Amino acid sequence: MRPFSYQRASDPDMAVQALSAAAAANEPLTKATAQPLAGGTTLIDLMKLDVMRPSAIVDITPLAQAWSAIAPGGDGLRLGALAKMSVVAAHAEIQRSYPVIADSLKLAASAQLRNMATLGGNVMQRTRCNYFRDVSYENCNKRNPGSGCAAMDGVNRMHAVLGTSDQCIATYPGDFAQALIALDAMVEITGKAGTRSMPFAQLHKAPGSTPDIETALQPGELISAFSISGRWPRSVYLKARDRQSYEFALSSAAIALDVQDGTIRDARVALGGVATVPWRAREAEALLKGQKFDDGLAQRVADAAFADAKGRKHNSFKIALGKRVVARALQQAVTMEI
Amino acid sequence: MGQPVPRYDAAAKVTGRATYASDMPLDNPAYAFLVTSAIAKGRIDRFELDDAKRVRGVIEIVTHENAPKLKDSKLFSNGGYAGTTIQPLKSAEIAHDGQIIAVVVAESYEAAREAANRVKVSYSAAAPSATFDSPGTTTAAAKGQNSQFKEDPKVGDFAKAFDAAEVKLTASYATPTQHHNPLELFTTSCAWTGDNLVIYEGSQYVHGLKNGVAEQLGIDADKVRVVNPYVGGGFGSRGSMTPRTAIIAAMARRLNRPIKLVPTRDQGFTITTHRAETRHEIKLGASRDGRLVALRHEGAEVSSRPDAYCVGGTKTTTRLYVCPNVDSLVSIVRADRNTPGFMRSPPEVPYLFALESALDELAVELNMDPVELRRINDATRDPIDGKPYTSRSLMACFDEAAKAFGWSQRSPQPKSISDGDWLIGYGCAATCYPTLMGPSAARVRLQRDGRTRVEIAGHEIGTGAYTVIAETAAERLGVPLEKVAVFMGDSDLPPAPVAGGSNSTASTCSAVMMVCDQIRQRLFKALMPSDTLADKAKETVGISPAPSTQAAKGDRSLDIEKAFDALGVGVVEEYGEWKPEGAPLDSFRAMHNGQVRLVGGHQMKDQIAYAFGAEFVEVRVNRFTREIRCPRLVGAFAAGRIMNPRTARSQLMGGLIWGMSSALLEATEIDERNARYVNDNLADYLVPVNADVPGVEVILLSEEDDRINPLGVKGLGELGNVGTNAAICNAIYHATGQRIRKLPVRLEDIEL
Repeated sequence: MRPFSYQRASDPDMAVQALSAAAAANEPLTKATAQPLAGGTTLIDLMKLDVMRPSAIVDITPLAQAWSAIAPGGDGLRLGALAKMSVVAAHAEIQRSYPVIADSLKLAASAQLRNMATLGGNVMQRTRCNYFRDVSYENCNKRNPGSGCAAMDGVNRMHAVLGTSDQCIATYPGDFAQALIALDAMVEITGKAGTRSMPFAQLHKAPGSTPDIETALQPGELISAFSISGRWPRSVYLKARDRQSYEFALSSAAIALDVQDGTIRDARVALGGVATVPWRAREAEALLKGQKFDDGLAQRVADAAFADAKGRKHNSFKIALGKRVVARALQQAVTMEI
Repeated sequence: MGQPVPRYDAAAKVTGRATYASDMPLDNPAYAFLVTSAIAKGRIDRFELDDAKRVRGVIEIVTHENAPKLKDSKLFSNGGYAGTTIQPLKSAEIAHDGQIIAVVVAESYEAAREAANRVKVSYSAAAPSATFDSPGTTTAAAKGQNSQFKEDPKVGDFAKAFDAAEVKLTASYATPTQHHNPLELFTTSCAWTGDNLVIYEGSQYVHGLKNGVAEQLGIDADKVRVVNPYVGGGFGSRGSMTPRTAIIAAMARRLNRPIKLVPTRDQGFTITTHRAETRHEIKLGASRDGRLVALRHEGAEVSSRPDAYCVGGTKTTTRLYVCPNVDSLVSIVRADRNTPGFMRSPPEVPYLFALESALDELAVELNMDPVELRRINDATRDPIDGKPYTSRSLMACFDEAAKAFGWSQRSPQPKSISDGDWLIGYGCAATCYPTLMGPSAARVRLQRDGRTRVEIAGHEIGTGAYTVIAETAAERLGVPLEKVAVFMGDSDLPPAPVAGGSNSTASTCSAVMMVCDQIRQRLFKALMPSDTLADKAKETVGISPAPSTQAAKGDRSLDIEKAFDALGVGVVEEYGEWKPEGAPLDSFRAMHNGQVRLVGGHQMKDQIAYAFGAEFVEVRVNRFTREIRCPRLVGAFAAGRIMNPRTARSQLMGGLIWGMSSALLEATEIDERNARYVNDNLADYLVPVNADVPGVEVILLSEEDDRINPLGVKGLGELGNVGTNAAICNAIYHATGQRIRKLPVRLEDIEL
């Protein structure tokens, strides 16, 4: 950890001002000298590990008053970015109308972390790649662009099989983002020019040739809210992991279905633990629409979801596992009582 | 004794008043932060320190170029104190990943850490050998290179018997590198007063550490004092001296200021020891009715280049069951790694995993209940040397645990039980651990009002040592428990052995009991100067092998106040040194030099001493995700006299949970390209969370053993986590029909 200045932002303008002032031109957000602090459950860890070295911390927790509302309504849901994971997971209307959101939050991290961590911070959580998090490894394209990727031929059991590039195979570690991407969420961003909205699906950037650029956010921008249209009571989040709690997904699936008279009208399939970014399996969804569900269909959908997957030495199992997780999650969604 | 009294240190611990090594106040300390190597083999070409030195508050950066000179210490098994002979900061050479290569000292921890982050190192890296199968390793038999591994046990003619056996089994097994990860980090604080050094460090052997550091500094051992009234978990990792202590001590002397070192969690993976990865081949030959006729266990263990460390568990696996033809071989594979060391049940965990898995495979082959297979081959004598077990309740443990578990409801067919998405399997295995004891001294002071002070340099590593020592003194002196104060974890106190090998209770309580009896003897003598009872009481001193009759004598009530009046003193104080039967002649001299002479297990003269248990588990395997969970762990254990059922139960419960963790979660991953640990933190080196352990049941069987030591006590701290690995794999076989022989078992290993 290195010395840093600390400032509390009492309103959004002040936060944006403080974050932009320190930002240098063309600097990726991950390297920005000023970083916002919300729950702190990722940022502080990475600072202790010397992975992130901001010189200015802008504490945005005072904005929680304005930015932590949970607002289900007739035509959808709005979630403030500073709402705590635990509070959203326990919200009765979220559990009723958006079980995929409640479960993705409930199955993440530990109770202590969920009490601290915010929704906005959660989607910005950085990869758990060991080679990224240990600065004694020189070669990490995410940390040191152009230095290579130690994980590619290293210990890569936890790494991604979808959305990878020859530069980076680091897994996006979160759970909640899969629910958001599945439900076509919009993300509201507050910056110097006020607020703008964009599809959540456009927030995260696959590594490609620039693994250090992880999101579409610019320095000085903050996520202020998420919004979702409609209700999705027939939705599930299934997560496979090494231990029963407090562990990242080896594979997860966020599924949301609209089934009428046995026919699937709309289907959403998102994958976690297997991809470099929150992953929407649209080609899999296409197979479901207008169909009656059976196990054969579930298998074809699962195969389609992983058609482009590329395994490496230790993580190839995630392809077969991921397919079974998708198929099982579909079965659960179809048969759930709503 | 024998009562479930609450822990002596419970209130101090739950209120945060217990002071661990790094809690000890120091006068104007400087703070140290380690820099460790990013390569496993090669040399340091150059340090760039300017950037680091510019950090405000930096006092000094020590590298091999300017480090204080230290003398070498030999490996503990070669008469020294060290857990590794790889001495950092001595040259530019790097022998393993994460070796200490520099120490930054600063006015604050934060400044030291920041400066350490700013140290730049240029290396010339060489290609290291990481582990088994890596190019460049060398392999040789353990016998002849490790002085503590004296013999590969064998008896009869294995080859012939195996050849002729009606049923044969050959199977290979593997276990991974594991790390202890005690909650208390590997901290060290050193403070000098003139020529006298005080070391605050969590240690499982204060007298060993004191003598080892003195040797490395080249000073009189009596100038060194090691203090740690509480140790935040040891599990073997604090049993022998690590290089950091003498380095910090020498730096503190040169700086003329106390230095406090708090290494990080990941540094703890490479500056101390670990459980080495092992491989095994088991060959079993049996008759159709299940009698073993041939058994061979070959084990291989990875160690460092310079040190021939091995655990050699064949000493146990060749003696567990009756078999007339036994062969064994242990080999050591040298790689570019730090020297491994003790980790809870060092030999038994990997070696019994292999044997107890193989027995289950044989039971399947024979179409026999695995409990009955063990009953058929249950031994009353050590099959290698023919010596009788002092006591052995293995089958009683199997029967009690089976009953509690509901084993009789098991349908033996694999994949025959399920519950919704989950396939269910039951498995069991034997567990055992040698009964070890070491020479120990103690000082006890009794006041007229019954207040008692017990001084012994034992160690509270979380096991309940304070509690059982207090119980022993209270009972022997006939004073209320709350009047007994126990002082431990200080090398200025009378020496006790290493808190390892589950010897502590037997050793320290035997010494305390003996010294209490010396006090009783003085008091009786004062009351009845002509009574022959003095001579009778004398019998209770030392090593008479009949504890039950001694206890009767010791129960004779004593009017302490009258005795003090007769003596005409205010305080009676006694010091004594106890050693177990069969301890070598130099035992007491070695004890004062910080070297342990443990006796017991199979190395006793006319008998063999082990504690036994049986462990049953229920495993659930998800048919879709293949996730493996263990909702039930049931263990029955017999370990002689149980000094305190509350602390004993806690030990065994922790052992069962750790055993499950070892089977399903724990492995330190090595990047074979560079021989570096990858998951060196508690987020990625998984241990169980509460949700993983819904049900644990511990059953304590009563067992009387009047041949083992005056108390009739067998150690049980390491008994709990031995059989669990095999029990889990055996249950996975039952759930899925798939035999897994490599730990830990992960969901990708399951094929349905």
